[in-house]
Amino acid sequence: MGDVPTPSQTVGPFFAFALPFADGEQAADGAGPDSVRIQGQLLDGADEPVPDGLLEVWQTDQFARSQTDPEGAFQFVVRKPPAIPGPNGALQAPHMNLIVFARGLLKHLVTRLYFPDEAAANAVDPVLQEVEPGRRHTLIARDDGGVLHFDVHLQGEEETVFFAS
Amino acid sequence: MSESASFDPPYLHPDYRSTVLRAPRRPLVRLPDEWFHHAPGPVFGRVPVAPTDSDLTRQHRGEPLGERIIITGRVLDGDGRAVPNTLVEIWQANAAGRYVDPCDDHTAPLDPNFTGAGRCLTDGGGRYRFVTVKPGAYPWRNHPNAWRPAHVHFSLFGNELVSRLVTQMYFPGDPLMPYDPILQAIPDPRGRERLVARFDIQTTEPEWALGYSWDIVLRGRSATPMEA
Repeated sequence: MGDVPTPSQTVGPFFAFALPFADGEQAADGAGPDSVRIQGQLLDGADEPVPDGLLEVWQTDQFARSQTDPEGAFQFVVRKPPAIPGPNGALQAPHMNLIVFARGLLKHLVTRLYFPDEAAANAVDPVLQEVEPGRRHTLIARDDGGVLHFDVHLQGEEETVFFAS
Repeated sequence: MSESASFDPPYLHPDYRSTVLRAPRRPLVRLPDEWFHHAPGPVFGRVPVAPTDSDLTRQHRGEPLGERIIITGRVLDGDGRAVPNTLVEIWQANAAGRYVDPCDDHTAPLDPNFTGAGRCLTDGGGRYRFVTVKPGAYPWRNHPNAWRPAHVHFSLFGNELVSRLVTQMYFPGDPLMPYDPILQAIPDPRGRERLVARFDIQTTEPEWALGYSWDIVLRGRSATPMEA
């Protein structure tokens, strides 16, 4: 069975003593000129907060990990990345890859966070083009007084767009 | 859809009750494989890993109670090549089936000499090795008389976004496995077998610890794939 990839299982509810690490939410120095604070809430299909979730941001040279609190809230400090070319050469708008783990998720979810001040780049981003127009807004953070706000809805009217290969 | 996806459990598996309000209900947006293959893995070097982190029996003043075990194996990519120098994180209940996590309200005792969290990096041959104690089974409230089989949680990175994996390792012969909706959510029996470690007399150390061998096969490849 050499070719069978190891299947995913849920992160479960009891990871808080193991996976978070010191300053894990900060992929960048919060005082840096290009640093951006991201705040959001992880919500289930009843619009209730998910208090036992874990989110990770990945981008080229950045990695951060945030456990949700009892209100389902998570936060990151990252550097806004530049636009980077995709595999077909088309330029992708600046974005962060976001991974969601939680009890009840048998496999993690992958989504993307795009920046609200990049309307022109977002409009031609090749991945956003793959998303039906009525749902693209679920991938674009909201500027909330200098902090980027990005809620992740696992289900419901505002269900976040998730990606798979 | 890539072939390997069929070995993963579905998001919605009502026998595991927590999936009902948390599984996405809309189809995931499929991106060509190379969009994930070309997304480089993270710089997890910020996660601190001390050499002692791989021995969960030596993190406190005394030794934990329970059956001392060694868990070792290789981390491989989708082409069967070793993944060297990649982060492996584990966490588990103690021998009585109790997590140190304050949210765990199981009445089994805590062990002052056991936390149950470990980290290591794979060596040049993709090999990892942990020393710990065998975790106990524990009850949960998913359905009447529900018990989780003994398991160790694993988190792995690999080289790319597509290779990120969080999973659970089970022990051979555990009679609870057929009743566990989390393990049984995996539709293909070959996938379920992949999560069960093998008792390994070669890894077992005389008069000290039982050995279990468990290889982990990640999705994705170490090298840039050749796209048609």
